[in-house]
Amino acid sequence: MTRYIVQRLLQSILVMLLVSILVFTLLHLLPGGLVRAQLGPKASPHAVAQLAAQEGLNRPLPVQYGIWLWQALHGNLGFSYKLNSPVSTLLAEYFPRDLLMVGIALFLAIALSIPLGLIQGIRRNRDIDYGLSFLLLALYSMPSFLLGVIGIILFNIEFNLLPPTAIHFGVNFGDSVSALVLPTGTLMLGNVAYFSRYMRSAVIDNLLEDYVRTARSKGAGWGRVLSRHVLRNSMLPTVSLIGISFPYVISGSLIVEALFDFPGTGLLFWNGAQDRDYPVLLGVILLISTAVVVGNLVADLLYMVLDPRIRYA
Amino acid sequence: MPEATDAPISAATSLALDRTAAIPGGGRAGGGGQDEIEEWHSPRLLAENLRVYASNRIALGGAVFLVLVLIFCYLGPLLYQTNQVSTNLLNGNLSPSPSHLLGTSPEGRDTLGRLMLGGQSTLEVALAVAAIATVFGTLWGAIAGLIGGVLDALMMRIVDAMLSIPFLFFVVLLAALVQPSLPVIILAIASVSWLSTARLVRGEVLSLRTRDYVAAARCFGGGSWRIVFRHLLPNALGVVVVNGTLKVADAILTFAAISFLGLGVPPPATSWGQLLTTGINNLFNGYWWELWPAGLLIVLTVIAINVMGDGLRDVVEKRLQQR
Repeated sequence: MTRYIVQRLLQSILVMLLVSILVFTLLHLLPGGLVRAQLGPKASPHAVAQLAAQEGLNRPLPVQYGIWLWQALHGNLGFSYKLNSPVSTLLAEYFPRDLLMVGIALFLAIALSIPLGLIQGIRRNRDIDYGLSFLLLALYSMPSFLLGVIGIILFNIEFNLLPPTAIHFGVNFGDSVSALVLPTGTLMLGNVAYFSRYMRSAVIDNLLEDYVRTARSKGAGWGRVLSRHVLRNSMLPTVSLIGISFPYVISGSLIVEALFDFPGTGLLFWNGAQDRDYPVLLGVILLISTAVVVGNLVADLLYMVLDPRIRYA
Repeated sequence: MPEATDAPISAATSLALDRTAAIPGGGRAGGGGQDEIEEWHSPRLLAENLRVYASNRIALGGAVFLVLVLIFCYLGPLLYQTNQVSTNLLNGNLSPSPSHLLGTSPEGRDTLGRLMLGGQSTLEVALAVAAIATVFGTLWGAIAGLIGGVLDALMMRIVDAMLSIPFLFFVVLLAALVQPSLPVIILAIASVSWLSTARLVRGEVLSLRTRDYVAAARCFGGGSWRIVFRHLLPNALGVVVVNGTLKVADAILTFAAISFLGLGVPPPATSWGQLLTTGINNLFNGYWWELWPAGLLIVLTVIAINVMGDGLRDVVEKRLQQR
């Protein structure tokens, strides 16, 4: 087991290194390069060369990468000229809000998909299964910003219960809560479609297992078989999906934050892309990729702890 | 680690289809008898597959809807001619009338004509993305799976690394760095879309190469190339086609998302995602004709393609069952 953990750790570090090389190279292969992006297209060649020398951008790429990585490992992710602030400060301000929103959305999505998938699995190929399947398919096939807009139409334009944007997030507690509802709900619903599909097939698989028949023949009632055997065994693969779904949820948060003006790293990234604020783009991608890799690692280790078959293998 | 070959990209739908009816990976009958198996493209097998597909009414409905959408986008402009080039702000945001069946856009262009034009670019981007991603991902996965060893490990770590960058961030980064145009958008979406195909194909190749019939072919003196092209690729084809179909649906959604983020095709060209975004920008003005038609077309087309993918999966699994 220790071997497995060490192996997984090394693998994660390798993946992180590859991510950083990939993103770093990409940004430095830009037409015009980083200096042009700072000085604008009309800058004189002399000024470009001067700034390049000053910033160390005329050195070979591997050397630049080494310096940048060394700095990044010490928490220095560069400076955003557009926002006049160190990137690490910006990330420390914006990222916790993402953790909050994504965390709540994931939790609610799981909490909702487990009963949904269970109902569908038990009543499979009946009307309720078809109905839910179609509803979830429609949810899955909907661009997330359209889902968010439907939320705005229902809860703001029709009933005026919630604000249409999240710009007041963080002003005070009440505003923060009401600002969170629509973005989080949008993010959550997109994932329910995905999780409950897995839950449904896990339930169907488990219902056919021998231990269900055994438990039944020993006189256990359906309620007990479902809750003690089927539910518990089906929940495991569904919960382990959290790790895999992380990149998709975070991708979704980019859209949701752009739609609702929610001040998270997604919005920071989007504004950075429009302003060509490269240190911000690099920093955000690095941070969220780290979050994904760490999330995957934790999910795997947790799975190992929860599933005795893996623990003792 | 839970295997992610069936990541959300292909985890689209299981409408009315029972996934448990599928034979799980290891359970496919491996047996010999391959000499009597017909080529996958023989007329009899194609007809048989078509019959299986058409027996699933929902999948058939998806295909019919897609044909209607194609007719709408490509033949529609011949019947319903509109000026999609020049702008006329005085005619902007007109509500539906006999001269403009679905009203006009903020620039005064006919919305119905715009939906046809936007549908063309949307479908073309989605098909191109799926084609590029499928070919490239298949090659990558097949090479990694066949050669194995250090190369396999390195190639798959590259896939892991790219998968851990949330795909939308990556696409936005690419589209922001380079001036967006149709080819740039296609390449940007394809650059994340091939990853799950590579994983899927590698897994298929790893499982197929241990089959008895591959060993038998080798015993009869079949060379590596013959085994790859006669046995491995045709057998993996079904899974790849299903995956490719679902990729078309995902590409439509990703294209819509980057259009929403303002990184779509430049005007006068347009896309469904861009039209939907225009509708959203005018949400509080109540111009419903700018919002709902585009939204409905995206959702229904993506649903149609997803149920088609599920129908195809049914066909593929039925064939695997017979072996």
